[in-house]
Amino acid sequence: MPEPLLELRGLCKNYGALAVTDDVSLTVLPQEIHAIIGPNGAGKTTLIHQISGTLRPDRGSVLFAGRDVTALPVERRARLGLARSFQITSIVPGFSVLENVALAVQARSGSSFRFLRPAGSEAAINRDALAALEAVGLAGAAGRMANALSHGEKRQLELAIAIAMRPRLLLLDEPLAGAGPEETARLIGLLRDLRQRYGILLVEHDMQAVFSLADRISVLVYGRVAATGTAAEIRADPEVRRAYLGEDELA
Amino acid sequence: MRAALTRLAAPALLFLLLLAVPFLGIGGGFVLDLLTRAMILGIAAVSLSLLVGGAGLVSLGHAAMMGIGAYAVAALDAAGITEGMIVFPTALAAAALFALVTGAVSLRTSGVHFIMITLAFGQMAFFTASSFSSLGGDDGYTLYARTEILGSPLLQDRRSFYLVCLALLALVWGGCTAILGSRFGRVLRAARENERRVRAVGFSPVPYRLVAYVMAGAVGGLAGALLANASEFVSPASLSWTRSGELLFLVILGGLGRLHGAILGALAFVLLEEWLSHLFVYWRLVFGPLLVLAVLFLHDGIAGLPGSLRAWSRWRPTFSKRRSADA
Repeated sequence: MPEPLLELRGLCKNYGALAVTDDVSLTVLPQEIHAIIGPNGAGKTTLIHQISGTLRPDRGSVLFAGRDVTALPVERRARLGLARSFQITSIVPGFSVLENVALAVQARSGSSFRFLRPAGSEAAINRDALAALEAVGLAGAAGRMANALSHGEKRQLELAIAIAMRPRLLLLDEPLAGAGPEETARLIGLLRDLRQRYGILLVEHDMQAVFSLADRISVLVYGRVAATGTAAEIRADPEVRRAYLGEDELA
Repeated sequence: MRAALTRLAAPALLFLLLLAVPFLGIGGGFVLDLLTRAMILGIAAVSLSLLVGGAGLVSLGHAAMMGIGAYAVAALDAAGITEGMIVFPTALAAAALFALVTGAVSLRTSGVHFIMITLAFGQMAFFTASSFSSLGGDDGYTLYARTEILGSPLLQDRRSFYLVCLALLALVWGGCTAILGSRFGRVLRAARENERRVRAVGFSPVPYRLVAYVMAGAVGGLAGALLANASEFVSPASLSWTRSGELLFLVILGGLGRLHGAILGALAFVLLEEWLSHLFVYWRLVFGPLLVLAVLFLHDGIAGLPGSLRAWSRWRPTFSKRRSADA
């Protein structure tokens, strides 16, 4: 078994008496899609926040590529190669689509303490940014303002930003939420391609997408990992059936 | 490319007009003095606009930067040093140092807290200046002479002082414009709009903001040194929080979206103040409401006036179309 890209060891987070994350341990291997599913309020987004660095866990540790990053802030983890998309779209609304992605390229291309040369005309940065936009099928919108995009397009843009960081691990918080059927099909294809290059931790409500994409699935219930396994194992797990999946999902 | 040229058209026209004034002989020396003062305020306003409009840092302590620049001139004057090659770098460095120290503390906060803490540091500078008894304390300090440039009394002459201020204004505007378009400026602008996103791609915004704060402080110091020369007088009043408020106000009046808006705001403010105060004694009664109306109806400030006018002229047809569609 290869060394895991991401490893969570006994992660705990409490809000008062409520255990939002309760002793969560899991791994994401290189070139693996590990999906996290669970009912609303199971603590999926809280878990993502602790992995990305927005929230500090009360106990436990986050290891990224063998390194303990539990104490590192978001931006340091990002520089190590941990990219995330947000559940609620987070882009720079007043920037063009291209400049949104260029910002991410810029973050990994040398110092940004450069004061005079126009950033907008840096060919190498724009080329990489455009390539990321092409990968998500948004190259045609490069010149548009980000706030003028449709909801689905904004989701694609978020993904392009994450790809443009050339990360080692993608944390995707409901990338398909709100996307239309066509966009969903395109995004699923894209995620399948991305797996060749990155490890992906995927939080998603679209069960069809999860079961067709994920190499492994963890089911989160009340902050605990109720089960981890392949799609087939999860489908067959009686506890998962009871806690989460409706009978019709399994038909 | 064409878009870039259109963006440069308004500032270029503005600088050409300002350049033409001393050669057209409009209104004599008084007008030159007035415009010089407006341009000096414009220099400070452009640097503040870099902070407010560019980085989203609303500082209510920018007058302190100007005041420190002005007091650097006074302190050196009292020591018998009037050489500009010493005076101006000292003024810039003093203001930059003050900005570095206060910025490092202030930037731990944001929003209203940032406004209040910059105000607090500004007031500290104000009371410190008031207590300089060797520099006149509350009464202020009258310069023996204007600063010399390499031994020549370049700034004594009204017209050449005007042109020096214009050149510096253009330089500051050009520099700040370049900065906003650079990699550095891109991080600043992005962090203003969406700090979470900027962190998620791997930038910590604070170092960028601090550098911007120090640069704006240095430019504020330059403006203060020029203002001390313009009035040949320095007093704690130049550090008062009302001056900070005034600066913030004229930046907003001119328009936050564009840097030359700050210059337009400074010109409008100084000229309007002068004109109204000649018209009648209670001019402030008109001045205040006028400014309120300007802020209410000119969302993009004076710099955005052409765009606002275009929007207004388009507004009627769409309105009537919608009504006919309803009917």
